[in-house]
Amino acid sequence: MTTTPRGDEQPLLLKGGRMVDPAQGIDGACDLLVRRGVVERVGRDLPAEGAVVIQVPADLVVCPGFVDMHVHLREPGQEHKETIASGAAAAVAGGFTAVACMPNTDPVNDHAGVTEEILRKAAAAGLARVHPIGAVTLGSRGERMTEIGELRAAGCVAVSDDGHPVADALMMRRALEYASMFEMPVVDHCEDPSLKGDGSAHEGYYASALGIRGIPGAAEEIMVARDVTLSELTGGAAHIAHMSTRGSLRAVRQGKERGVRVTCEVTPHHFILTDEALSYDTNYKMNPPLREAADRDAMIAGLVDGTIDVIATDHAPHHADEKAVEFDAAPFGIIGLETAVPLVLDRLLHAGLLPLGRLVELLATNPARILGLPGGSLAPGSPADVTVLAPDATATVAAGEFRSLARNTPFDGWRLRGGVAAVLIAGRTVHANAQVAGAGVFAAAADDSAG
Amino acid sequence: MTLPPAADRAATGVPAQPVQRLRSRHLLGVADLTPAEVLLILDTAEAMREVGTRTIKKVPALRGKTVVNLFFEPSTRTRTSFEIAEKRLSADTLSVAASSSSVAKGETLVDTARNIEAMAPDMIVLRHQSSGACQMLAGVCSSRIINAGDGMHEHPTQALLDVLTIREHKPALASLKVAIVGDLLHSRVLRSNVALLGMLGADVWVCGPTTMIPPGVSRFGVTATSSVDAAVEGADVVMLLRIQLERMRGHFFPSRREYFRLFGMSAERLARAKPDVIIMHPGPLNRGVEIASDVADGPYSVILEQVSNGVAVRMAVLYLLAGLEEGGA
Amino acid sequence: MAVVMEAALIDRALMRISHEILERNRGLEELALVGIRTRGVPIAQRIAGNLFEIVRHRVPSGTLDITLYRDDLMRHPVGPQPVLRRTEIPFSIDERRILLVDDVLFTGRTIRAALDALVDFGRPLAIQLVVLVDRGHRELPIKADYVGKNLPTSIRESVQVRLAETDGFDEVSIREPASEDRS
Repeated sequence: MTTTPRGDEQPLLLKGGRMVDPAQGIDGACDLLVRRGVVERVGRDLPAEGAVVIQVPADLVVCPGFVDMHVHLREPGQEHKETIASGAAAAVAGGFTAVACMPNTDPVNDHAGVTEEILRKAAAAGLARVHPIGAVTLGSRGERMTEIGELRAAGCVAVSDDGHPVADALMMRRALEYASMFEMPVVDHCEDPSLKGDGSAHEGYYASALGIRGIPGAAEEIMVARDVTLSELTGGAAHIAHMSTRGSLRAVRQGKERGVRVTCEVTPHHFILTDEALSYDTNYKMNPPLREAADRDAMIAGLVDGTIDVIATDHAPHHADEKAVEFDAAPFGIIGLETAVPLVLDRLLHAGLLPLGRLVELLATNPARILGLPGGSLAPGSPADVTVLAPDATATVAAGEFRSLARNTPFDGWRLRGGVAAVLIAGRTVHANAQVAGAGVFAAAADDSAG
Repeated sequence: MTLPPAADRAATGVPAQPVQRLRSRHLLGVADLTPAEVLLILDTAEAMREVGTRTIKKVPALRGKTVVNLFFEPSTRTRTSFEIAEKRLSADTLSVAASSSSVAKGETLVDTARNIEAMAPDMIVLRHQSSGACQMLAGVCSSRIINAGDGMHEHPTQALLDVLTIREHKPALASLKVAIVGDLLHSRVLRSNVALLGMLGADVWVCGPTTMIPPGVSRFGVTATSSVDAAVEGADVVMLLRIQLERMRGHFFPSRREYFRLFGMSAERLARAKPDVIIMHPGPLNRGVEIASDVADGPYSVILEQVSNGVAVRMAVLYLLAGLEEGGA
Repeated sequence: MAVVMEAALIDRALMRISHEILERNRGLEELALVGIRTRGVPIAQRIAGNLFEIVRHRVPSGTLDITLYRDDLMRHPVGPQPVLRRTEIPFSIDERRILLVDDVLFTGRTIRAALDALVDFGRPLAIQLVVLVDRGHRELPIKADYVGKNLPTSIRESVQVRLAETDGFDEVSIREPASEDRS
């Protein structure tokens, strides 16, 4: 990571505002002193001591930087959809200081050369931290395991064949065993390929009525149950990507009750939308598909009861031309980096379902822990990666203004309460939201240090 | 949604005020029509039938109008039927057999349609293997779009001709038991017929192997069963859907032999139906698979009437859509 | 609104036309009536009844819907499009003298369409035009052979024919201003 730390000598003090950092048990007024890009002190009424002081407005919330552990940055190979630079810009605009990018690029990130190239591009962009996820198998073809040790050394934080499941049970077993040597989770896109077939939407009334081939929830649940079982067998850490059904949730919950090292994530669209929203609009085509109301409700229940560890976006950019086709011919996926935080605040916080502390766990603490990243908390010694929320700022989603190159979102035009005021990485302001009153103090500080 | 939930559809059973025009400038699906619009189409089709009985089977109603039949799936029956309908109305017609591999060649459906539109047709009759293809074109084209079958979604003119045929034999549609037997899962004919017959108040039973019953079928407002005897019992109309033999590979049924044994419409099975039952099939027939030859050719069969009614229904739809003023809804 | 013909006057006009038809046409076997939908149909049937009364011969009568032959299919202003009804001509028109019957002769466009339609049914010996009212303002070179009443009108006025068979009572009236009337 090359984000330049603030001037070596002059520290930065974030003063006032509310700090929410569940890892330290903090929820309240708290100052933050940053030196050389690292948190030096946390506490009330810290002295300025020559630091550049940012007076944080009282209605803003200082949180550890959010980590989106499931994004597709498309580079190398599909730069017309997204680049590492545009994806990293979308990440910070959406409130994420770090993203973990899936290996299904072209070529697949299945050897160190690709990993290093991604890290080089990310460093050049100088925005969000980018943590590559390596492939489990060469070309994600499910046949031969990658050199996971070398991928780890090159900077990969997890392995996954995302886009595809690790379909072969023995391969999954070996991957869990092998990756555990490097303390890397295996992130699995859970889907039985034969049950998924050529489906494009959740199997049920709405897909039937539209004549769209269905993907049953069981296609996912079978794989989730298998992965829980294999994680139990091997002791390896399995992370269930983009969980979407109540059966999957049940399997994970039961596994966790038995002490299995399984974790899971859910996307905002899976805890907000259902298949009732289906039309032939390809911005509603993603994999896993939008499920039925009982599944959506289960996702919320899993967030509330703690079964679900992480909210991740599965940010999947596609070019408009690629989506402007017949529903069954369209690629799966929607973007999420620039809508996730407003959706989470509007639909979970303001709906009274989850307190802010729990949301920070889901968006920062837990993904950092699962991937073994140094962030996820603002405890002294942590990188000074900060997401500043404006929980009461209301804005309308305007896909046309996204930093992402892609526009494929079903949330365009949604009016949402809660947004991102500013993002700091290693103590440097990388995003200050001009739409949020009071966020200007972060931009001004950035200018100060630049000057 | 495409099929209104059963509760909503029941409400449409109220006798409709007659209408003199269609609201939409496209015919994308039966589900978009009101009962009054359906009656307008059927009545117009009945009047159109007379044109086919003349020595000179041609009227000038669509003179100077250009209709392009854009068929991405092979279809002899539907394409021919539309072509005859267009010619009888004096439209200039052009049939394009666009292979679905044009996608593989890189041209998208939207681009293909825009190219055709550049030649200023008035209407495009579209047959496509993807559900929703017609909706998509209607969103980007200025021509009127007529759905000649989109994927597993709808085939509205087929359902309209089916209902026209039923009405000729059994005018009181609302009191009929209609049994639809066959591959329900992949059938656009099923979806359009369920929507249309449901709208008109018929008691619709659908029957097929459990592998071929669409998930969520209970919300279609029909009775679903795998017992062909239960479906046929007391039926006024038995409509058979084509079984595509390639479905055997998808594990939907093991063999044509077993399919015929369990679901094929034989004379003895048909004996459970009303004595004046009519047998329908959208074609093309698989004799000895979904229907026994003696039933297909027997006295109850109205299969060929369906074909002639197809021309009349398509004339009606073309005429009614052409008559809508420009800039209409 | 002014009533210009009542039931008795309409009856008398149609009876006079019936006599004129007989005077001008030798060979009743060759005659056939074709009424243009909607109100030409009952008028044709009444004339057929008159002819039977006078000469005890049944002249066949058919029904023609000219909707598919109109020249204004896509030119209608916002008004409803004409609903297509069945054409029923249960006899061959070849080698017959066809008495084409309509209620009001106005621009002549309906008759033009009806002539086009008739030609599609065969090759009659001759076509003669019967109308209950000729209100003038022709836009095509068409002239009626038998007229119940010549009615000078302004183009803005509308002429409405009501008949017992279709409307419950017989009456011809003029109304100002014209609504849609393209007869």
